[in-house]
Amino acid sequence: MNAVLFASDLPYWLQSIFRVLGGLVAVLLPAGTVVYLFLFKMLSFMQSRLGPMEAGPYGSMQLFAEVGKWLQKEDIVPANAQPEARIFKMAPLIVLASTFLLVVVVPFGPDALFTDFETGIFYALAVSSISVLGILIAGWASANKYSLLGGLRAAGQLVAYELPMVLAVIGVVIQAGTMNLQQIVVAQNTGSMFGWDGIGNPYVLTQFVAFIIFMISVQAELSQTPFDMPIAESELVSGYMTEYSGFRFLIFFIGEFATAGVFAMIASILFLGGWGVPFAWFGWTTIDSVDNWMNFAGPLILFAKMMALVFFIMWIRFSSPRLREDQLQRFAWKVLIPISLVNIMLTAVLKVAF
Amino acid sequence: MAKPKVPGMFKGLGVTFATLLATAKNGADTVQYPHEKETPPIRARGVIALHEDNCTSCMLCARSCPDWCIYIEGHKELAPPRRAGGAPRKVNKLDRFDIDYALCMYCGICVEVCPFDALFWSPEYEYSEPRIADLLHDKAKLGEWMQTVPEAPELEAGAEKKGKK
Repeated sequence: MNAVLFASDLPYWLQSIFRVLGGLVAVLLPAGTVVYLFLFKMLSFMQSRLGPMEAGPYGSMQLFAEVGKWLQKEDIVPANAQPEARIFKMAPLIVLASTFLLVVVVPFGPDALFTDFETGIFYALAVSSISVLGILIAGWASANKYSLLGGLRAAGQLVAYELPMVLAVIGVVIQAGTMNLQQIVVAQNTGSMFGWDGIGNPYVLTQFVAFIIFMISVQAELSQTPFDMPIAESELVSGYMTEYSGFRFLIFFIGEFATAGVFAMIASILFLGGWGVPFAWFGWTTIDSVDNWMNFAGPLILFAKMMALVFFIMWIRFSSPRLREDQLQRFAWKVLIPISLVNIMLTAVLKVAF
Repeated sequence: MAKPKVPGMFKGLGVTFATLLATAKNGADTVQYPHEKETPPIRARGVIALHEDNCTSCMLCARSCPDWCIYIEGHKELAPPRRAGGAPRKVNKLDRFDIDYALCMYCGICVEVCPFDALFWSPEYEYSEPRIADLLHDKAKLGEWMQTVPEAPELEAGAEKKGKK
């Protein structure tokens, strides 16, 4: 975004400031919208109630009230966690850091991106596992058996579902022939199906199985119901978050929904064409011929696609009961991973055949 | 024709989405409380009212209360005789009748047990207080609740007519 608006003649420090601000907006705006639109409003409507209505029109300022409330609360460190208080306090920041590191590779438009990694999706999948460390640290440092159980469950689950996620992405990578997220977007929007390029070639059509596996894994990575065994509020209080209060809980909370937003962005980039519209509509052929206004429309298009995907994540979350721990692991190892391996094989064969 | 079996998970998704649409179209089942209020049913157990004239400070209510939240103090007084030339009557005068709604669990045993129809249920429910001590309602306040006690519904045919309040 900045590259277009200000070219690259800005001093490095100013560019960095713009990048940091852009990153904050890219993480917090989706998180706030997701929380208000889905957690507050959609969940309420699904339970035949209106949700927050008092703070601002239709309760739209409710989140600010909640954040204000959390910021006022005491930052409690349990007595047994005192010896490792520094680590205890660090854990939520690690979880949030992985979200911020994730958004770095997300392209928002032809020039609106933070970095242009050649191995973007590889980096994204690697960085998304950093949150496991934060969760494990949180669970262990809390010196609380519920937290420890929650942390271990989360670690087991996140490791188990990382695998089908990576394997699902491989199908897309094979088809696009690149790991660069920007080029994956371009490949989808310049693509054609049997010579017809009306809607490009979004990989959700060719890689539908991978898309489903990816979304299920995202659901598990975010530990949303039916995969919320690590939180399991009816048995583990709140899992690894039990002992956190005040702004450290807020950071966990933001991290959860910001990660939902960022994962949905990555899913829409991999499978739905990302920020792009089919290039054939406007007669573009390559990334360089894309008009400049896509730098402004692109983020909005990506945002719309993200919201659509988060809608499905949240819809399933609000409708499902919780899977048992063994069912959850069995589903990952015995169902998702074999299917995704078959998917990779088929994709590779078809790639060579065509 | 046998219906195809839909997995429970998708059925659940359907239920939540149907509720979402119904709420968006017809409005929620809930009411926005301070702005609009539901009328409680006529026999709702909101607050207990005291009809002081009927009370003989027999202490049955206080003794039957599981929470011991009724406080009664009284003394005997001489009242003028019913007939001219008779002896003055001894009546129990109520000095204190408090119900501590911070303790009350709304079981209604006191209302049931009162032999003189001095206690009544009122459907009024808005009497929360910022200070917990203010939930101790004294004789005067319990008497005021009498205004909100609804008329007793008509008895069924053949049922014994009891004394009105």
